[in-house]
Amino acid sequence: MSINDFVIRFANVNGSGSASANTMFAKALFRMGLPVATRNIFPSNIQGLPTWFDVRVSARGYLGRRESVDIMVAMNAATYEEDVACLSPGGYLIYDSTKPLARHLRRSDITEIGMPLADLLLSEFEDIKQRGLFKNITYLGALSALLDIEFDVITGMVATQYKGKDALIAPNIAALEIGRGYAQRYLSCPLPIKVRRVEAAGDRIMVDGNTAAGLGALYGGATVCAWYPITPSTSVAEAFELYANQLRVEENSGRRKFAVVQAEDELSAIGIVIGAAWNGARSFTATSGPGISLMSEFLGLAYFAEIPAVIFDVQRAGPSTGMPTRTQQCDLISAAYASHGDTKHVLLFPSTPKECFEFGAQCFDLADRLQTPVILMTDLDLGMNDSLSDPLTWEDGRAYDRGKVLSAEDLEAVEKFGRYLDVDGDGIGYRTYPGTHPDKGAFFTRGTSRDEYAAYTESPEAYEKNMRRLLRKWETASKLVPEAVITSSGQRAGILYYGTSATPMPEALDLLEEEDVHLDTLRICGFPFGKEVYKFIEDHDFVFVVEQNRDAQMKTLLVNEGELDPARLVSILYYGGLSISADTIQAQISEYFTQQKLPRLTEVKS
Amino acid sequence: MTFVAKPRVHHPKLPVNEIGLTRRDYEGPVSTLCAGCGHDSVSAAIVQACAELSLPPHKFAKISGIGCSSKTPSYFLSKSHGFNSVHGRMPSVATGANLANRDLYCIGVSGDGDTASIGLGQFAHIVRRRINMLYVVDNNGTYGLTKGQFSATNDKGSTSKKGLPNLNEPIDLVSLALQIGASFVARSFSGDKKQLVPLIKAALIHKGFGFIDVISPCVAFNNHQGSTKSYDYIRDHSEPVVVTDYFAAQEEITVDYAPGTSEEVHMPDGSVLCLQKLDEKFDVHDKVHALNYVQTRQAQGEVVTGLLYVDPDASDCHEVLDTVQRPLNELDVDDLCPGNAALEMVNAGFR
Ligand SMILES: Cc1ncc(C[n+]2csc(CCOP(=O)(O)OP(=O)(O)O)c2C)c(N)n1
Ligand code: SF4
Ligand SMILES: [Mg+2]
Repeated sequence: MSINDFVIRFANVNGSGSASANTMFAKALFRMGLPVATRNIFPSNIQGLPTWFDVRVSARGYLGRRESVDIMVAMNAATYEEDVACLSPGGYLIYDSTKPLARHLRRSDITEIGMPLADLLLSEFEDIKQRGLFKNITYLGALSALLDIEFDVITGMVATQYKGKDALIAPNIAALEIGRGYAQRYLSCPLPIKVRRVEAAGDRIMVDGNTAAGLGALYGGATVCAWYPITPSTSVAEAFELYANQLRVEENSGRRKFAVVQAEDELSAIGIVIGAAWNGARSFTATSGPGISLMSEFLGLAYFAEIPAVIFDVQRAGPSTGMPTRTQQCDLISAAYASHGDTKHVLLFPSTPKECFEFGAQCFDLADRLQTPVILMTDLDLGMNDSLSDPLTWEDGRAYDRGKVLSAEDLEAVEKFGRYLDVDGDGIGYRTYPGTHPDKGAFFTRGTSRDEYAAYTESPEAYEKNMRRLLRKWETASKLVPEAVITSSGQRAGILYYGTSATPMPEALDLLEEEDVHLDTLRICGFPFGKEVYKFIEDHDFVFVVEQNRDAQMKTLLVNEGELDPARLVSILYYGGLSISADTIQAQISEYFTQQKLPRLTEVKS
Repeated sequence: MTFVAKPRVHHPKLPVNEIGLTRRDYEGPVSTLCAGCGHDSVSAAIVQACAELSLPPHKFAKISGIGCSSKTPSYFLSKSHGFNSVHGRMPSVATGANLANRDLYCIGVSGDGDTASIGLGQFAHIVRRRINMLYVVDNNGTYGLTKGQFSATNDKGSTSKKGLPNLNEPIDLVSLALQIGASFVARSFSGDKKQLVPLIKAALIHKGFGFIDVISPCVAFNNHQGSTKSYDYIRDHSEPVVVTDYFAAQEEITVDYAPGTSEEVHMPDGSVLCLQKLDEKFDVHDKVHALNYVQTRQAQGEVVTGLLYVDPDASDCHEVLDTVQRPLNELDVDDLCPGNAALEMVNAGFR
């Protein structure tokens, strides 16, 4: 008997309307107070290819992906074989028994729960399209009985979802009841795996990272958003526009205090962002790896011309289509060093929707303060899946840090304006917006060929001097990006991670504790790395670096920027395109201890 | 090359405009382009147009891509900010600049390589976006800054500096602009101040996208052996360029001809350009007619100049996006941040 602890996988056909039914399932559990995490694994396809939707329920609040599946709702004949195979021994297979299960698919170590879904719907709905749509709702009804989900929570959700489209409410409820009625009459309900109302979710919300990031841009004061559609980042721009239309219109006129441009490509998107930022508006774009590649030339210009620009990079796997709708942390190097010439860019690494919101808003302050591009490095797993998050909060009265910008009055007081003079010793000059003053403060923006007064020069000394100043600015950046989050109990070994690799970490650490492996932890939140990151590495004999890419990109950045001995950093890598699981982390670390013949017991440093 | 500050001699007799400024107030530092380069004439025409319109010289955003032409914004309106951006991408930067502050006059300067080759996509889309700006192409049919390769506006059959014929069809930017919906389309010649200055003025005050394709000879890359056009003439009248890194100073090519008439211009590449100036009776509100006319004349070997089309009721990007009247870059946290109470409502939607 297991309560509030299982993984259920829905295997569907893409485009069959399953995603909304499955989301409703997850949300119902969340509304019963359970910590839930969802993962939609979808193909680069609109209709027809297989898709899976995992919901993890964990009494202990673990939100990372788990390798094993306890309940399989197998609704896609094309993937029956692999779906049945991935069930854990003792698991439950829910399938449409209108057609009998092929003999070779049967397993003696699982429980088969057949429901004649097609037959049930045939008698109820005349329209074939409706039958397809309501199939998902019908198994949802059956699950409510099998797992003991409070039925009025689900019906309540149907009512809110179709508010205003009342004609849809009744048939949806009917479909739910068909499934529930069938299960109650013919199946043994509830199963030994079931749910029970708890208060574990607290005041938390369930939201995807992209929506939170879009809200972050809105609260962070972005007025120009230019973007080009690309999965998994599209919903960032869409969320920004949706909420801006609700919350950012001028009271009397109804006019918009923002502009959203769907550009013709990513080159244009970043160009618009840079043009707007140059002219003093907070602006951003949302993209993914291919977009970062296309934006590279412009990112270099923005670095040298010292223009604030905010980019939300929702990372995905490699090129073309297919794998790209899977998650990875694979753009670190291309984002950190994007472009020609000596360039480096500020990166932030959120690991929860709340951080997508907070870091998302903070990007704009950092970009303005540092006068340089700032890239928020999130990923598909965080961006597109609903997950449990602390509620979003904003401190009223918080001002925007617009950085060093001179007004007309400021300019009056300045004897000779020098755009690239390092007046304060932090590597950051003072900028002016176009049109500020009739006679003072105008300058011509170009890449690198200029002196401190923005006058044209190709002098080697001026160039090098400028490049050294940009390094001073980089140093300043390392103090301004969000600090790493450290937990330490004086262990010999540490573990370092960032972004969504943090999600399975509490579970992985618990699993390792059971094996007597104890690790201090550090979660990186920003690049350039602060001193605390190097100190943590220095303080430990060795440090595991967990990431979701093949080439250990974070390790590369650490080794390169900190001139570290690579041997002290042990990579724990997963790059299969699903999010990294606690099991993977635990297995690789355990293996390392075994191979290196390291003692498992805690050895606290004196 | 180092920046040379231009001595600002005070001329008490220089005429002042309505806001008490002289032409000098609209100029920039000395150009570093080749002497006689058509692009400098375009800059001078912009200076004159802005001064005559009495526009405040610091209220411009000057944006360009990369090329000799794209360098020119640093040589005019030095009281305004300028941005020499990325090759072929001026339209996107100009879009952003215009979105951020709708009150500034936006001038984009580009070349034929910048606009018709690497930047053709961005050009097409800025036209569609209806950005309120003056978009000038200094069209010399070649890549000046990278030393004389063919550009996409170069006529088929003409030969390059190395004697290779251009086998590809040219792109006619005014036809393209007309087709994809520019609300102000004109063509002129850099040396024809009488025509160019009024066109620039009209495009600046036009609300919407104002496009001027300015034929602007490159005097440096004129060594066109075997040109089908009258190379002999130019050889007899100018310094032949033999050493590739030596460019003799050339005279600026100017024209002065009446509306409704044609004029032959001897280009530095040895070709003869037959300009045909639209007469006053030309209907500038009929796009289809304009397109037809340009194409018909082109088939006859003539290059039509003048205002081809204008839609006085055109809308601009800000109208389409329904943005506030105040420039977006002036809005601060009180205008922009919805506050925590609103966020709590948003949170409620996620429960
Ligand atoms: C991405 C990129 N590719 C190539 C270049 C090299 N480049 C500089 S200017 C130029 C051509 C400019 O031609 P055009 O726009 O016609 O300007 P012109 O010099 O003729 O006025 C090229 C190819 C560059 N700067 N950037
Ligand atoms: S190379 Fe040609 S386009 Fe460039 S400055 Fe010289 S004349 Fe002008
Ligand atoms: Mg050119």
